[in-house]
Amino acid sequence: MKFGVIVFPGSNCDQDAYYAVRDVLKEPVEYIWHQEHDLKGVDCVIVPGGFSYGDYLRTGAVARFSPVMEAVKEHTDKGGYAIGICNGFQILCEAHLLPGALVSNDCLKFVCKYVQLTPANLNTPWTNQCKNGQVLNIPIAHQGGNFVCDQETLKRIEDNGQVILRYCDEAGRVTPEANPNGSLNNIAGVINERGNVAGMMPHPERAVEKILGSADGLNILRSVIEWARR
Amino acid sequence: MAKVKVYVTLKPSLLDAQGRVVQTALENLGYGNVEDVRIGKYIELEVKENGQTLDTQIEEMCRKLLANPVIENYRFEVTE
Repeated sequence: MKFGVIVFPGSNCDQDAYYAVRDVLKEPVEYIWHQEHDLKGVDCVIVPGGFSYGDYLRTGAVARFSPVMEAVKEHTDKGGYAIGICNGFQILCEAHLLPGALVSNDCLKFVCKYVQLTPANLNTPWTNQCKNGQVLNIPIAHQGGNFVCDQETLKRIEDNGQVILRYCDEAGRVTPEANPNGSLNNIAGVINERGNVAGMMPHPERAVEKILGSADGLNILRSVIEWARR
Repeated sequence: MAKVKVYVTLKPSLLDAQGRVVQTALENLGYGNVEDVRIGKYIELEVKENGQTLDTQIEEMCRKLLANPVIENYRFEVTE
C-alpha cells in the first residue's frame, strides 16, 4: 500500500509518520507538499500533526484551504483512505471530512503523555488489527483535543459505530478520570460514515517500536493495510 | 469601501478554556464578583463592493472560514 504524508508549513510529525511507514511498516511512502494538486497515486493519505499555519484563526482552519486538500477530498470521495493525526484530525474536521470539532482541553493545559485507548469498533479499516478489550498505549501531545459535536451528531456517530477509539484507564475502563482533555464520551478517534477517513488525537506514528516505549500504534497503521488487502 | 466588523464567539454550551483562565486571574486581582468570562474574536474587514450583495458575501465568509459553525456563533455589522 502506498502512503502519502502531507506537509504543511508548520507540520512537525511528518517525519515521524514517514519513518513509521518506510522503516517499520516497510511500505512505500512519499511526502506531498501542501501546494500540490496531485496525490502521486497514493492509496492512503496521512495528514500529520503539528501547527499548520501557526494555528492561526483556529487549528486546521487555514490548512483546510490548501490546494492539496482539494485532492484529498477527491481521493476520499472515491473511497481512498485518509487518516488525520492530532492537527491532522483538526484539519479533517475543519474540512468537513469528519464529524465534530476539536476545542481546547478542559484542563486548560497542553498535555503530553502516554494515554490508554480502547477500540470501540473493530470492524473498521483502522482498528481491525486490534483485539476486543485491548488497551493500547499511545502518546498524546495537544492543547486542543477536546472532541465536541452537537447531541444529534453524537447520537448518530455512536449509533453508526463511527467512534473508533476511546480514552480508558489501564484496565480498559472508560472513566472520566481517564479522559485527558474533556472529549465527549471519551472519544479519541472517529471515522466518517463510509469508514475510509479517520481522525485521532493520539499519535500512532510515535508508538511503532518497543524500544521507544510502545509499538501499539502499529495496530492502527497495520489495520488499513490489512483492510485494503482483503 | 465598506467596513465590516465580525464577532465570533464560542457557543455557550462549550467550555471556554481561555475565559476560565482569565476569570481566575481576575479573581486573583480581587475581582471576585466576576461570574463568567467568555473570550471571542473580533475581525475587521475592509471590503470593496463588487456588485454582489455584501451581506450574503460576508455571511459566506463567516460560514466558510471566519467561524466554525460546529463550535462558534458569529454576527457582523457593516458600516460605510
